[in-house]
Amino acid sequence: MQGNRVIGEAAIRAGCRFYAGYPITPQNELTEYMADNMRRVKDGTFIQAESEIAAINMVLGAAAAGARAMTSSSSPGISLKQEGISSLAADELPAVIVNIMRGGPGLGNILPSQGDYFQATRGGGHGDYRTVVLAPASVQELADLTMDAFDLADRYRNPVLILADGMMGQMSEPVEFSEPAPREYPECYVLNGMGKGKSKFIRGLILDAIRMEEHNWKLYRKYQVITQKEVRFETFWTDDAEILIVAYGTAARIAKGAIKRSREMGIPVGLIRPITLWPFPTEVIRSFAERVENFLVFEMNTGQMVEDVQLALGGIGKVQFYGRPGGVIPTPAELAKVIAYHVRKK
Amino acid sequence: MKKVFSRPKSLKNTAFHYCGGCGHSIAHRLIAESIDELDIQDRIIGVPPAGCAVIAYNYFDIDMLESPHGRGCAVATGIKRVLPDRVVFSYQGDGDLAAIGTAETFHAANRGENITVIFINNAVYGMTGGQMAPTTLLGQVSTTTQPGRSALLDGHPVHFSEILGQLPGTMYIERCAVNTPANVMKAKKAVKKAFQYQMDNVGFSLIEILSQCPTNWKMSPVEACRWVNEVMMKEYPLGIIKDSKR
Repeated sequence: MQGNRVIGEAAIRAGCRFYAGYPITPQNELTEYMADNMRRVKDGTFIQAESEIAAINMVLGAAAAGARAMTSSSSPGISLKQEGISSLAADELPAVIVNIMRGGPGLGNILPSQGDYFQATRGGGHGDYRTVVLAPASVQELADLTMDAFDLADRYRNPVLILADGMMGQMSEPVEFSEPAPREYPECYVLNGMGKGKSKFIRGLILDAIRMEEHNWKLYRKYQVITQKEVRFETFWTDDAEILIVAYGTAARIAKGAIKRSREMGIPVGLIRPITLWPFPTEVIRSFAERVENFLVFEMNTGQMVEDVQLALGGIGKVQFYGRPGGVIPTPAELAKVIAYHVRKK
Repeated sequence: MKKVFSRPKSLKNTAFHYCGGCGHSIAHRLIAESIDELDIQDRIIGVPPAGCAVIAYNYFDIDMLESPHGRGCAVATGIKRVLPDRVVFSYQGDGDLAAIGTAETFHAANRGENITVIFINNAVYGMTGGQMAPTTLLGQVSTTTQPGRSALLDGHPVHFSEILGQLPGTMYIERCAVNTPANVMKAKKAVKKAFQYQMDNVGFSLIEILSQCPTNWKMSPVEACRWVNEVMMKEYPLGIIKDSKR
């Protein structure tokens, strides 16, 4: 099944009942899948919105009204959604936003890229906030992480981003959908008319500085809990590794191929693959630095996650970077050459 | 003794922050009275804008969700589609609705969303201090049109209600005013009718309210009410623009 469609199916199975989106390549199959399949579920709503801005604001309304809600886009469209993502974070509302990244900046191109790492992991919009960022590296993981994204969004009442690229969205692989857990979302956060109780309001505007500060610290404390509890990563062939690649998503798949080739040539290389880009597996990377000196960060951009790796290492060890921006997808053989070059150099 | 006037149940017992003579507080009361009379306080959800009415949730005793600037109709769409049995309205100013929110308003109307929009037209950006709005009249002085709005440089006053009236998706659109007791009574009827249409699943309704802004117009409240009659209504005549049930 194709990656974009898998995200749609996983979302519906996870109980997503509201989807609004706007066409943009390379994620159109997801929007089309939701158009076809939201109709088959009870209470399902699909809206082809007039813009990405409208779509995310529809999601804002739907999330406040208590629905599991999702929107998706690709890089330029995600820039437009930032207003709404910032509002969702301010209002503490759960929602899932899918970014099938393409080349940038500007309109860029429609090929796979990882140029939106900074935008995704630093909040993305205005103000002092974070979003959980999940980076799948297979179609199976697109399914699993999409389901998890809804649970995480509910648990922390915060927007969750799925950060994949055109390669993940377009490729097809076998997939098994797991059984979703029942939704746990307290009714008290749902805005559905006051009924017999007291009236409620949800807002991000807090004119009083002290109260605004309190709200900022409240969000900060929530982000600290997420940082402590939700870090996810995979390690691959790290036990005897003398050089460690750090890569995520499509780049991590390429890295695995390159590592197999390098191992055949006798080079002891392994991989750390962050699955959550925020919160970042800072501690994990730092702990590896106790016995590994050489790190090679590989990204399909000109160097973004490499800054987080450097921060994690805090000056210990050597951090090299290899990047291919603009929609270029290097082969495992190319990356193996880069690995061999760095090994010879040291 | 007979009680003839009191604070509507759907308004909290809080003093408005609006300037003396401002039309917002009247519009708020008309909405609240309509909610009370239709007995929908328990199941109505409002979407206040960015603008002078941004803290409308401090005044309305109903569920409310703040919208980013201009996105009221998109936010209201999201709520209404999830909760089709609730009554959902957005409350938006002229800058919010007819400038930054043009696309969201137009397309919600075109989809025929079964929501109600209360559109406050005071021909100026109020909260930010009196800049030109899309509805500012030609020749009208604002902080960004000091010599008066020029068609050549600043474009023309936008007649958004008439534009929306062209769309097959809209069911009821009326322009009212709150500058005289008679106009207030008519506006109240229109607001109530719009909510009733939504409850009857008729479809998209919008009530435009010409609203006086003495502070930014640099007039006394009395002069402002007169200006609505003598100047504003020439550009924006009152009346039903569209009523699909008539």
